[in-house]
Amino acid sequence: MCRAVDLQRAVLAKNEAAAQILRTELTARGTTVVNLLSSPGSGKTALLERELRLAGERGVAAAALTADLATENDARRLARSGAPVKQVLTDGLCHLEADMVARHLHDWLPESTRLLFVENVGNLVCPAGYDLGESLRVVLASVTEGEDKPLKYPTAFGLAQLVIVTKTDMAEAAEFDEAAFRAHVEQVNPGVEVLLSSVRDGRGAGALLDRALAAAGGNRVHTPVMARAGA
Amino acid sequence: MHEMSLAVAVVDQVETAARSRGAVGVSSIELDVGELAGVVADALAFCFELACADTVVEGAELITRTVPGTARCEPCAEVWAVGMPPCLLCPGCGAAADGLVSGRELQIREVRWADPEAAREDHRQPITEES
Repeated sequence: MCRAVDLQRAVLAKNEAAAQILRTELTARGTTVVNLLSSPGSGKTALLERELRLAGERGVAAAALTADLATENDARRLARSGAPVKQVLTDGLCHLEADMVARHLHDWLPESTRLLFVENVGNLVCPAGYDLGESLRVVLASVTEGEDKPLKYPTAFGLAQLVIVTKTDMAEAAEFDEAAFRAHVEQVNPGVEVLLSSVRDGRGAGALLDRALAAAGGNRVHTPVMARAGA
Repeated sequence: MHEMSLAVAVVDQVETAARSRGAVGVSSIELDVGELAGVVADALAFCFELACADTVVEGAELITRTVPGTARCEPCAEVWAVGMPPCLLCPGCGAAADGLVSGRELQIREVRWADPEAAREDHRQPITEES
């Protein structure tokens, strides 16, 4: 009564196709997307606010799309940097998808935008599987979250092209073991760069902006092992 | 819960395939889910029940097959089970793996159509995809 058909289709093929179209279109007009992932409260918005301000000071046209389940608080904070900012309300969805990003850019993103930072929903599980058309994927972890975050969320950390440790001014109080954190990152994502940052004392200021501009300039970014097919 | 988005994607893809083949029902869908794909099988099964309601897929059984993560070190010609959390450093030489051999799959492996008409046609003229 049945027949079997081998479809062999990637379940996420639709998102991947949308992401590829978005990347091609934005790259053609000179816009590079940076996708920021982290758990809630790790300091994405504070870091982004600082980097957007620096971008403004250096004359780099940067913009931000920030996603949350509710409130426009982050958009209001980020707008203080002077950069174009748009809030995405996901109505309960735990991650962004490429077509959501594309929809929000329509009629909003200035043509001259060089860097578009996308602040994903605060969550280290669901956003990991979704390409948003980015050229640089950054995962943040604050010193208060524990050194084993990369092991607990291996897909999120394993697919990052850059890892940023935030709130390092509190490292001592949090008894953050930097060597252990780096070893755990190396285990799931060998060779990825780990940057240290503190918005409070200025450590690492401009580092994210520099890496984003390097990616925009066509510099080769890290390819995680998890993103490479086996030889 | 990103499993809902995945469940909707599965149903969409199978519905599209069903329309193109003229199938009237689906008896089962088999998925390959890699250990490192970040998907919870139970959550996916729950979401699938909701996503397939009122579609041609309604009533289909969802079978999830977990694919273990394995990586390869080219110089050592070694392939190892990376485990969970994964270790992507070669157990032989300690160098970074060249890449994953398996473990990030998220694929529809097989769909079984519940379709008496199709089965009769198959009987007259075997179809290569038939198992």
